[in-house]
Amino acid sequence: MPGDVTPIEVAAALLLVVVTVALSAWQRLGLGSSVAWASIRALLQLLAIGSGLVFVVRPDSPIALSWLWVMAMVGFAAETTARRVPEFPAIRWLALTSFAAAGVVTLGIIFGLGIFPVEGRTVVPLAGMMIGNAMTATILVARRLVAEFGDKRSEVEARLALGQSSRQAARPYLREALRTALIPQIETTKAVGIVFLPGAMTGLILAGVDPIDAVLVQVVVMYLVLGAAATTTVIIALGVRRHVFTPDHRLVPLQPDVERANRSS
Amino acid sequence: MPALFEFESVVVRRGGRPVLNGVDLVIPDLGPTVVVGPSGSGKTTLLRLCNRLDVPTSGSIRFKGRPLDSFDVLSLRHQIGMVFQRPTPFPGTVGDNLRVAVDDIDRSGMVELLRRAELEGSFLDRDVSGLSGGEAQRMCLARTLAVEPSVVLMDEPTASLDEAPKRQLERLASRLVESGVMVLWVTHELAQAQRLGGHVVVVLEGRVAGTGTVDEIVGREGPASIFLSGGLDAG
Repeated sequence: MPGDVTPIEVAAALLLVVVTVALSAWQRLGLGSSVAWASIRALLQLLAIGSGLVFVVRPDSPIALSWLWVMAMVGFAAETTARRVPEFPAIRWLALTSFAAAGVVTLGIIFGLGIFPVEGRTVVPLAGMMIGNAMTATILVARRLVAEFGDKRSEVEARLALGQSSRQAARPYLREALRTALIPQIETTKAVGIVFLPGAMTGLILAGVDPIDAVLVQVVVMYLVLGAAATTTVIIALGVRRHVFTPDHRLVPLQPDVERANRSS
Repeated sequence: MPALFEFESVVVRRGGRPVLNGVDLVIPDLGPTVVVGPSGSGKTTLLRLCNRLDVPTSGSIRFKGRPLDSFDVLSLRHQIGMVFQRPTPFPGTVGDNLRVAVDDIDRSGMVELLRRAELEGSFLDRDVSGLSGGEAQRMCLARTLAVEPSVVLMDEPTASLDEAPKRQLERLASRLVESGVMVLWVTHELAQAQRLGGHVVVVLEGRVAGTGTVDEIVGREGPASIFLSGGLDAG
């Protein structure tokens, strides 16, 4: 098959890493060891994942195994999101909820409508694409909102002081954060094929699939990613809003301990 | 003297630390009331309790005889407006800002609001990013007045202003009081408290240390008198 790559060929491709390390050394970037470590780590991580996937996506493996794998990915993505937004501990549960909800909505449509069959070889990669991209958008929206409600605290309170509800007062900041997170996804969707060939499609073509078939798969994946990013970011934005305001329309500080204390008063 | 606000044993704790520590206070429903005290004494918190941007940990507050927490908080904030320490313009033009307060306000209504804040009607189409500190703060006052409050809380509104715009805002506050809008003005500047006149509340270390006119407080012995005398001598 055209897509077959032998270990020796992978080792040959490592030459590209050597080129990168050499460039780093030449320009004294001090990134040589980072590049080497990242490349080796990626190889080992993907080999480990691949070995696991062999069991999960085998036709005779129970589908429950695939869903377990997806749940683990959701958990890992939520944990990564929490690490990236340390000012807001509640993000862990919010992210978990949003990834789960996005999974139900997007995979529900993909499998519910029979676009792909429910099999290990479809469930795991599609969920992976969905969660990976949604996580990036989620972190963007959460970081932006935490910054907005922190830096523009008096502006938000000025809106509340005018008698606006917390929903009204938060609207401009939510809108900006959601736009910031979703516009890159939309731009990517627009530029696809012209500026770059997306990953799933490239992989399929390299593996010898007919380009038109690869395009059709890619289109579904793109819509899946878009739908997932929209679902997760909206859930995160509404969740953050719910956490930073009290029911009586006060803005609470974004500090782990004080936050809970004020909400209970 | 009719009461505008009545505080009874009000305590506010933040992170276990008392910010206000048992405040008993009556704020009269006439003239400006100036809350004065050093930085960190709890005077801003005291002000923020009045429109429920903060809530007490314990104790009770009444507004015009009625428990503050029995009001719908959004309609309460229409009655009790607030101008913050630093100008808080929203992105857009001055007109956009006034429309955040009242979305269906017409141009003549906006011009009238600006006039009350000593800003010309031509400001309506100006972007807020081009306003001076004093202009921005007066625009914020106009925006606050758009919801027709009966009380305006002013939290050290001249802290970031030069002398001339500072005096202008003080004059505007006095004019508001003359027009029947009660003003609660927080400051750490004793000379300003004296210029604004009216009822003075001295807050020291989370407690009310004295109330009355400046002369009355200075005439009594105690920490409030020492605080005011020291500041006034220095001023």
